[in-house]
Amino acid sequence: MSRAELIGRPVPRKEGREKVTGAALYVDDIEPEGVIYGATVRSPAARGLVREIVFGDRIPWDEFTIVRPADIPGVNYVALILNDQPYLADGVVNHPEEPVLLLAHPDKYLLEEARRAVRVEVEELPAVFTIEESLEKKEVIWGEDNVFKSFLVDKGDVDSVWASADFVVEGEYTTGAQEHLYIETNGCIAAASPEAGVTVWGSMQCPYYVHKALVKLFGLPEDRVRVVQTETGGGFGGKEEFPSLVAGHAALLAWKSGRPVKMVYDRAEDMVASTKRHPSRTRVRAAASREGELLGLDIDFVVDGGAYATLSAVVLSRGTIHAAGPYNCPHVRVRSRAVATNAPPHGAFRGFGAPQSIFALERHLDRVAREVGLTPEEFRRRNFIRRGETTATGQVIHEDVDLAGILDRAFELSDYHAKRERFARENASSRVKRGVGFATFMHGAGFTGSGEKFLQSVVGCEATADGRVHVLAASTEIGQGTNTIFAQIAAEALGLDYERVEVVRPDTGNVPNSGPTVASRTCMIVGKLVESAALGIKQQLTSAGLLREKYTPEEFERACREYVERHGSLKSSAQYKQPDDINWDDEHYRGDAYGAYAWAAYVAEVSVDTTTYEARVEDFVAVQEVGRVIHPVLAAGQIEGGVAQGIGYALYERVAWERGRMANGQMTNYIIPTAADVPPIRVHFLENPHPGGPAGAKGIGELPMDGPAPAILNAVEQALGIPFNHAPLTPEAVMEALEREGALV
Amino acid sequence: MPEETGKITINCTVNGEPAALAAYPFERLLDALRQSLRLTGTKEGCGEGECGACSVMLDGRLVNSCLVPAAQVEGSVIKTIEGVAEGGRLHAVQQAFVESGGAQCGICTPGMVLAAVALLEQNPRPGEDDIRRALAGNLCRCTGYVKIFESVLKAVDGSH
Amino acid sequence: MRAYLPAYELVVPRTLEEALGFLGEGAGVWRPFAGGTDLMVLLEAGRLAHRKFFSVWHLDELRGIEVSDTHVTLGALVTYSDVQASEVLRREFPSLCRAASETGGWAIQNRGTLGGNIANASPAADSPPALLAHGAELELVSAAGSRTVGYADFHTGYKQTVMRPDELIARIRLPRPAPGAAHFYRKVGTRRAQAISKVCLAGLAETEGGVVREVRLAVGSVAPTVVRCLRTEEVLKGRAVNPALAAEASAALVGEINPIDDIRSTARYRARVAQNLLEEFLSQLSPPSRS
Repeated sequence: MSRAELIGRPVPRKEGREKVTGAALYVDDIEPEGVIYGATVRSPAARGLVREIVFGDRIPWDEFTIVRPADIPGVNYVALILNDQPYLADGVVNHPEEPVLLLAHPDKYLLEEARRAVRVEVEELPAVFTIEESLEKKEVIWGEDNVFKSFLVDKGDVDSVWASADFVVEGEYTTGAQEHLYIETNGCIAAASPEAGVTVWGSMQCPYYVHKALVKLFGLPEDRVRVVQTETGGGFGGKEEFPSLVAGHAALLAWKSGRPVKMVYDRAEDMVASTKRHPSRTRVRAAASREGELLGLDIDFVVDGGAYATLSAVVLSRGTIHAAGPYNCPHVRVRSRAVATNAPPHGAFRGFGAPQSIFALERHLDRVAREVGLTPEEFRRRNFIRRGETTATGQVIHEDVDLAGILDRAFELSDYHAKRERFARENASSRVKRGVGFATFMHGAGFTGSGEKFLQSVVGCEATADGRVHVLAASTEIGQGTNTIFAQIAAEALGLDYERVEVVRPDTGNVPNSGPTVASRTCMIVGKLVESAALGIKQQLTSAGLLREKYTPEEFERACREYVERHGSLKSSAQYKQPDDINWDDEHYRGDAYGAYAWAAYVAEVSVDTTTYEARVEDFVAVQEVGRVIHPVLAAGQIEGGVAQGIGYALYERVAWERGRMANGQMTNYIIPTAADVPPIRVHFLENPHPGGPAGAKGIGELPMDGPAPAILNAVEQALGIPFNHAPLTPEAVMEALEREGALV
Repeated sequence: MPEETGKITINCTVNGEPAALAAYPFERLLDALRQSLRLTGTKEGCGEGECGACSVMLDGRLVNSCLVPAAQVEGSVIKTIEGVAEGGRLHAVQQAFVESGGAQCGICTPGMVLAAVALLEQNPRPGEDDIRRALAGNLCRCTGYVKIFESVLKAVDGSH
Repeated sequence: MRAYLPAYELVVPRTLEEALGFLGEGAGVWRPFAGGTDLMVLLEAGRLAHRKFFSVWHLDELRGIEVSDTHVTLGALVTYSDVQASEVLRREFPSLCRAASETGGWAIQNRGTLGGNIANASPAADSPPALLAHGAELELVSAAGSRTVGYADFHTGYKQTVMRPDELIARIRLPRPAPGAAHFYRKVGTRRAQAISKVCLAGLAETEGGVVREVRLAVGSVAPTVVRCLRTEEVLKGRAVNPALAAEASAALVGEINPIDDIRSTARYRARVAQNLLEEFLSQLSPPSRS
């Protein structure tokens, strides 16, 4: 049997053909018999009491299905962590665009006319719109103090270092909200009745999150609720928790009308109503010695969670743990809080809090280096974490991490040193100023701490009589390549051709709960379960005496047929078991925060035109160690896409808020990079197989979001000699700073 | 309701076949294709001509079908993503997108493929700058465009 | 789609005469609809107030590019793609070509028309500054006949023009520039493609021995209409270009524009960048100085 190894090979994407021919069916492409359409009436105000809902003239209201809070069969909250977000505001609204009422009608155009004919009259209450206002308790809008969650990471004794340190450097860094802007908006189709239960098809990352929420919303037993993922046009975290809301709304309308209901947001609704990346404010105080030793870090990290708790606690957790970066620092304190404001809830977004705190640290370390009198590079090199050393949570790094080597490679590929020297020389006489900068960082794969232990994810495999293997998991294909890599992993484990393995569409009626498709966990955590479940098939065949240890595909097929004939079916499943050497203390936030980390160094080259104050990324190099690379094209695609989002985050993507509402909720006015804006993005992987992952792979999806923003703003600092501490960096901000400095033009 | 305009029938050619669209005069070509003909490969991404997911070829030119009212396509020749592969054989651009990672989530892909096909019809040997300019009206949020450029370049190589 | 479609009408006349008949039906009852790249966006957002439209897209009378010894005349339905494909325009009207290439993406450029862009009268439109710099005139037609107006006099206020309700833009006439004239067009919109301009400056100048003989300047996105900067032009005319003159002109420019803060940018940014763009243009006029 001569079969090339599948791991590391760029096999064709499983659903690639359907996607390039337009045959792939996304939720809006599905039109069940008798379907009617649903719409959401939303709050016009940021905070207040709903006094009256006025139904306008000239609309045949008797033709409409109308759902109010009283129509909810179960409980009126989106079941997640704290369950504080209602499906429909019941008398009180806490953010603009909060759902108040649902409508459905067979005529889309009339439905829209009707939506606009409903007037929600709100007696407004004072509202809170910024982190500062929330912390000052200008108004208490949530709980006792506006704080959803706080954490404290405490390593060593940071207060012991300030007095004796040669340098103590403080800084404050802020980041804005970011819209996911998946090109497919949110949408669901629901069929529901007391007799049949509830079924939802939709665009989503986490079918079992939706399932859990619907069980509560309808008060139904778990087996009466079924959630099916349709082809999903991008997620990036934006379809982690939010689809539970859309699905619930569609299902409530279906339940009441007795007809299938389709609810697909248009872009304007999706942008103003759905989640965004948490805005943040980070204060960093760092102590260093004259020799460039990082002695202590005291970090105060705050994120704006919007009006309801939703996932803010976990976003905060990841941001907190990543705040001190991949450095060996003996004394670290990270205090963090997620606070409430009267904006739509901020939610999961690729990186999940880490891009915010890493932005602060990586900007700050350039500054510390300058104060100490070292280059940004040299300062970091003296402090990179190495095997046997500990992170901020006290996690001992057992793997052979080589950040210096990663950085060397990134510098080599980007020609960093020559550029830095050349730009320093040429900038004085040029209207276009150039700079090159970098960031070094890590990203933990999988759920934080004991998260995976609690999830207890399960993956199933089934072999058919003709020797084909089906992988059953709730992990969704959202463009990142789940279908393809799962098939590669299972096929590799069984020594089969890639084509012999199919990944079944996630359907809670049919697949086990392999956990949510988030947290860079799909490849490493779930992929490992796929590998185990596949090996379980082989094990059953060998135990039954139908297969030898070494076999040909034909022998495998014969064995499967034999087994299925004898036993009816051939199935196996694998459940996550936390390795014994992972220990996490959730109370003190200490211990092994993640099973593994990906490590990276990103280098950005920028130009700033002093005529227009526009900064552009001219070249980008991303070097990372993510364990073994399962699929080089998909993996590079993840990095390139994440870097492009990071470039947007750094330079283009500004949410213009007006009293808690996104005022630029159109693709015309919320600017993401186009094909003409992205620089060459050169991706390089250093491979270091990790024993905990399938075939040695670690997580990858979120990593590329962490590095670009600080690398780019570090590069801008070289170009202009001005430190900018807010992302996104707009041309307007560059102009204001240059005028303040009076330095140029 | 005030005075109302009814649906009209619009005759045109879609993917080489005669088609009759029942549509309001101002109905978006996008909706008419998706509803009347169930050609759902043409996607809506923004509804304002910004993202290009709804791109189709109208009388030989790439257009955003969300910005074309149905009344204007009487007698026109339209090609959608469903008409790009011929006889089940993928177009060189489609094949390259599958092989080179040009499609991730796939929602921008139909429009992106059509824009690339339109480019190659106009300029059979585009360089990377030409590709960047030609695809600038098609937004992708997954790929960072790198693999899309590679796919188009591969299609250029493959077809010569 | 946020519009109630049954409430909207779109008829498709096949001749110009038939089209003008709709305009003659009564003041403002029917309005023209060309490539739809602006109106469809309004419709979709539920913000298209007018309900009755006639399509001009198929009127061949309003297409085509004609060249005479002194002028190039463009039909109102010439698209941005047509502009870029025209050899004479590429050679002699680089600002207009640049504007056309920076308006939306390809699909927009295939549908957006110059006439539509002018009639829509957005201060942020990309082609008007170029048309002003090129010294365009417009031919307006109605059932009663036609008349020609200078484009510099066309826009009278935010979305206001001198056009009567029964008139249609038929043609755009551009005087062919003197050989050796300097052209400048720069749109600033944060990203390289598909951007709405925050500020945009177009200029055309004829110089002789470093002295400005003729100059036209126009700026977009800095006032309720696109602005032809006549006072700044006066400052420049007949004088030798040097840094002192540039500073004087730059000061005059600020007096002629009235930018605002909005969701896209700030008044300060727009004013400052408009000045910088003017200085950049002027620096291209003066012979390179070696210090």
